[in-house]
Amino acid sequence: MIEYKNTGNKDTRSGFGAGLTELGQTNDNVVALCADLTGSLKMDDFKANHPDRFFQVGIAEANMIGMAAGMTIGGKIPFTGTFANFSTGRVYDQIRQSVAYSHKNVKICASHAGVTLGEDGATHQILEDIGLMKMLPGMTVINTCDYNQTKAATLAIAKHHGPVYLRFGRPKVANFTPENQTFEIGKAVYLQIGNDVTIVATGHLVWEALEAAKTLNEKGISAEVINIHTIKPLDVDAIINSVKKTGCVVTCEEHNYLGGLGESVSRVLALHHPTPQEFVATKDTFGESGTPAQLMDKYGLNAKAIVEASLTVLKRK
Amino acid sequence: MPDIKQLEDLTTQVRRDILRMVHKVNSGHPGGSLGCAEFFVALYQDVMQRNDGFNMDGKGEDLFFLSNGHISPVYYSVLARSGYFPVDELNTFRLINSRLQGHPTTHEGLPGVRIASGSLGQGMSVAIGAAETKKLNNDKHIVYSLHGDGELQEGQNWEAIMYASGNKVDNLISTIDLNGQQIDGSTDDVLPMGNLKAKFEAFGWTVVEVEEGNSIEAIIKGLEDAKSKSGQGKPVCVLLKTVMGNGVDFMMHTHAWHGKAPNDDQLAIGLGQNSETLGDY
Repeated sequence: MIEYKNTGNKDTRSGFGAGLTELGQTNDNVVALCADLTGSLKMDDFKANHPDRFFQVGIAEANMIGMAAGMTIGGKIPFTGTFANFSTGRVYDQIRQSVAYSHKNVKICASHAGVTLGEDGATHQILEDIGLMKMLPGMTVINTCDYNQTKAATLAIAKHHGPVYLRFGRPKVANFTPENQTFEIGKAVYLQIGNDVTIVATGHLVWEALEAAKTLNEKGISAEVINIHTIKPLDVDAIINSVKKTGCVVTCEEHNYLGGLGESVSRVLALHHPTPQEFVATKDTFGESGTPAQLMDKYGLNAKAIVEASLTVLKRK
Repeated sequence: MPDIKQLEDLTTQVRRDILRMVHKVNSGHPGGSLGCAEFFVALYQDVMQRNDGFNMDGKGEDLFFLSNGHISPVYYSVLARSGYFPVDELNTFRLINSRLQGHPTTHEGLPGVRIASGSLGQGMSVAIGAAETKKLNNDKHIVYSLHGDGELQEGQNWEAIMYASGNKVDNLISTIDLNGQQIDGSTDDVLPMGNLKAKFEAFGWTVVEVEEGNSIEAIIKGLEDAKSKSGQGKPVCVLLKTVMGNGVDFMMHTHAWHGKAPNDDQLAIGLGQNSETLGDY
């Protein structure tokens, strides 16, 4: 097994902030818009260094999305920043008509996704956003796993022409992917090579999947771990090639099992290679207040849950 | 001043286009389209500084965004007759595989259109964004937008209205089509919006009122007045009082023709009131 070293817990949102700071220095066309959450989104540096390219819109997300669409006309590359709930559900129709249908080069950057924002509770914990965004034609959907990958993704989406939804989170989590990595949109990353079960994970669940693989290894089970940072377009070949070898799959995401990564994988398998699958995801429920660790445990979103799901799916082979 | 007679002739032809387009497919929105025919003609033929051809980025020219996208017939007719695409293409309005969708869109690549609209209330935000980009690009041209009065019931407008004054977006001229009608009846019956002039002024905008919103001369005068008031730290709102269905007597002063096409007899009457001036498509 490959040993992954946590270089120190860091929040993925800070990776976004660092990426945006770098873009400020390297790409004059990048502009940023924020709906009164500059600190939470780690956009302070960009704001301080490029006040002329930073647009504080106030608590008015619908206007922010519309403005971002308009700002592309004339060559700007707008990055919008607010919580995932207010980046998607609250402004779905604005994204649908003014961004996706109009094919505008807007980067919708969403922090505090999933349950791990913690104590604020279900009003702020969106578990439906991947589904909402992946259903929009032409929308690229990315959910990064750690600080380094989030920074790399932020840089990568500026070079990609078209609407993107970039999802990240609030808590400090293991930072283990390479610094200064090249982020390739739509390209899965094999983290462990294994033969018995494929574990496909996205976002905060990727580190949990690596931890689960260690436990499974101790039980004599060889798990293949794939980091799917891009949910759309999905790396179909990576998934099919792996399950052809292992014969079963566990999908892992901090999202509802309806509409998320798991369903995208199911569709691919149903079409190309029907395979037993288990879902580590929330089960059609809202979240609640609590610490991130408590919530991950209660809603079955950690390494322990991935191990259990792996043992279950192995029996179905 | 431009040749008003020439613009009026074009407006008459645009009315014919609108009637024929919606009649052919028995759908579409003639009422608001007819009410804004003079506005579109004045804007595209006189007021706006436009470059030849169409470039999505629209650098170095004035821009226009239609927020109330359902009045696409008048938009398409004036775009075509202003040279953005062949006039014959008006024949394809709302047909399968057409660039002239029921509501305007960039999706099919129709020259002249820079944003999709139809779901109401989004256009002002888009126009503000384009205006901010013009400022960043040091482009002194103006961004125009058009909104229905009923459309102002959508809350997003008021987010945008607040933003524009709070951030001195003074290269924006937003026109409100004050025809007092919406699908379910008069705006006063459906959801009274009170004094819009006072509302816009309270939100920090400069307001220009055009009482005769179906007079080419009055529209040009009003828009020139608005233009002269731009660049002074405030966004400018033009309250354009129009008559829905203008130019076709049985369609005027009622919401009944908001989204209804004329039948064969009604078309004949409407065309009889608007003689062919520049040639039908």
